[in-house]
Amino acid sequence: MKYKLVVSFLLALLVAVPVVAQQDTTLADTSAAAMLPAPATMVQAKDADNDHGHAIDVTWELSADDGQGAGTVLSYEIYRSESPDGPFEQRGLVPSQKNSYTDIGSRDRESPDYFPDYIDFYYRVDAVAADSADRALSEVFGPVHSYGQWFNTGRIPVMVGVLIFAILTILFVTIAKKGRELYVRPLAGIDAVDDAIGRATEMGKPILYVLGLGTADQIATIASFTILGRVAKRVAEYHTKVIVPCYDPIVMTVAQEIVKSAYLDAGRPDEYSDDIVYFVTQSQFAYVAAVNGTMLRELPATNIYMGKFYAESLILAETGAVAGSIQISGTDEIAQIPFFIVACDYTLIGEELYAASAYLGREPVLLGSLKAQDYAKAAIIVLAIVGIVAANFGWTYFTELFQVVD
Amino acid sequence: MRRQLPLALVFIFGVFMIVQYFVPHEYSEWVYEFLLDWITIIGIFALALGIYSLTHVSMGKIRNRTPNWQYAIVTMLGLFVMIYFGFTARTGDSWGLYFVALVALTLGISSLTWGAVETQASRRKIGFAAGLGLLAVFVLVAVFDPSWKFYFYTSEGLQSAMFRNFFDYIMIPIQSTMFSLLAFFIASAAYRAFRARNILATLLLASALIVMLRFNPFLGPVGEYIAQTANWLLNVPNLAAKRAIVIGIGLGIVATALKVILGIERGYMGRG
Repeated sequence: MKYKLVVSFLLALLVAVPVVAQQDTTLADTSAAAMLPAPATMVQAKDADNDHGHAIDVTWELSADDGQGAGTVLSYEIYRSESPDGPFEQRGLVPSQKNSYTDIGSRDRESPDYFPDYIDFYYRVDAVAADSADRALSEVFGPVHSYGQWFNTGRIPVMVGVLIFAILTILFVTIAKKGRELYVRPLAGIDAVDDAIGRATEMGKPILYVLGLGTADQIATIASFTILGRVAKRVAEYHTKVIVPCYDPIVMTVAQEIVKSAYLDAGRPDEYSDDIVYFVTQSQFAYVAAVNGTMLRELPATNIYMGKFYAESLILAETGAVAGSIQISGTDEIAQIPFFIVACDYTLIGEELYAASAYLGREPVLLGSLKAQDYAKAAIIVLAIVGIVAANFGWTYFTELFQVVD
Repeated sequence: MRRQLPLALVFIFGVFMIVQYFVPHEYSEWVYEFLLDWITIIGIFALALGIYSLTHVSMGKIRNRTPNWQYAIVTMLGLFVMIYFGFTARTGDSWGLYFVALVALTLGISSLTWGAVETQASRRKIGFAAGLGLLAVFVLVAVFDPSWKFYFYTSEGLQSAMFRNFFDYIMIPIQSTMFSLLAFFIASAAYRAFRARNILATLLLASALIVMLRFNPFLGPVGEYIAQTANWLLNVPNLAAKRAIVIGIGLGIVATALKVILGIERGYMGRG
């Protein structure tokens, strides 16, 4: 009897333990299923547009539990692999309610984050709950590879604008070359240059020409070079002295060549010396201190500031005013224009700096480009008015025509 | 050829830069970065020319005893001492004969310079002899003093105590002083600008007053109206004028760039 009881008990145990164990597993599975969020769906990946390659855009539909449903999704983790079966490497993390990610890597082969082009990748997006172990894996999408584009379609409006403007410029330059008289409105600041040189000659004092803090590759500095050439030529003709302290050594080298050529053109090569154009320093306020010192020691009859200026503009111009010099300035730095207007006698505002060289030279080909600028400005005014009307009537396609996407 | 080659180079690289703006491919970026590297390389060589120019002008002032020539000595000392500090550093905590070497080198170069600019033969001889002797002292100290050494290829010198101290406690305060002058110059410029000489100047004065008063906390309920008016002034007439100037500048930049690329504008080559 005892044996029967023991055997029965053991048999019961043999049957019951797997059942209980099975029940426990089922309960655990049911509990886990209840905690897991719904996965992200419709995962898509494609090469990022208008770039140099090494980047893939990944998009997906939000999880049903993101902001609605159970509301348990806190973030999405983006994984990438070279095989659909893995292993997957995490590439990014975005918060909930966001359904896109650009997987960007380095183009440097030596970099640990190197992202090779033309290699097939597979992407997966995990919807992750508060406990990062609670995650729902999306379907794997792929293959997809990145590659660089040869044309940035987002910049088509810029290209069209530049082409139209280039055609206008060439057209007006051609018209000007044929000898047609082009009217250019007087620029008081440029008309004053001749008077200022004459004043310096009469007073026997030098002219100080400041090229600003710009580098030689900036258009404002290039425009200033041209004006310097004209000023130096007249200075040489009048046997007056010009001082050109430079902030940038490349600018100094170019300016030396320009002044030397101007003296040569004026038939006074013997009066040129390398001490006319000299380098001071590449430290902004040390440069200001040096130029201010020159102003107060040499007391120039005229100070000409043309080019790129920053915080030093007012310090220079006010010191020049204290020194009693006639001051002519021109810059395309919007923030500095008011300072120059207040402290200088004449100021070339913005584009007038670029027009000055053409105005000084009175060469038809240079004046032709000014006409092109005027027509381009007229076109912009018309487009702005049409744009205002279009925006008020809700015709968004008109403004979208001019949208530049980087 | 002397004129044609630069113009051809400007045209080729100018057109490349325009095309490059529309081509995002990495080959295009690579060439662009390569060209930018060249600007850095040219800049470094040009810096040597700049230092030569500064030295040449300063030495000329000293030699010719032009008015205020003493400032040129200070300029030269500043240039020389900072270069010296930038290339040297202590190897431990001891200064050793570091300052002896500095004084010997400074006086040695000064004596040689004096000898070079002097016109009397006897003084020239004294200058050169003293200069060479002091330089010999400097070389001896530099070779046999282990407490400091030269760092030509690494940046230890730039991190050295003397370089950092001169930069942090002399250069930066002086620069800050220059910058702070701006506050006083703004006041003096504003005084001149805001005179009610005519209708336009009066309008400017009134606008400036409104804009300045917008942050005044003692105006009570009136302050809110002033703030609103100031914001309107800044966001409507001011912004409109600014944008007009920006559009003009943009067109001017494109026009000038085109003129340079097409060889119409040659002022930068010394031929206006």
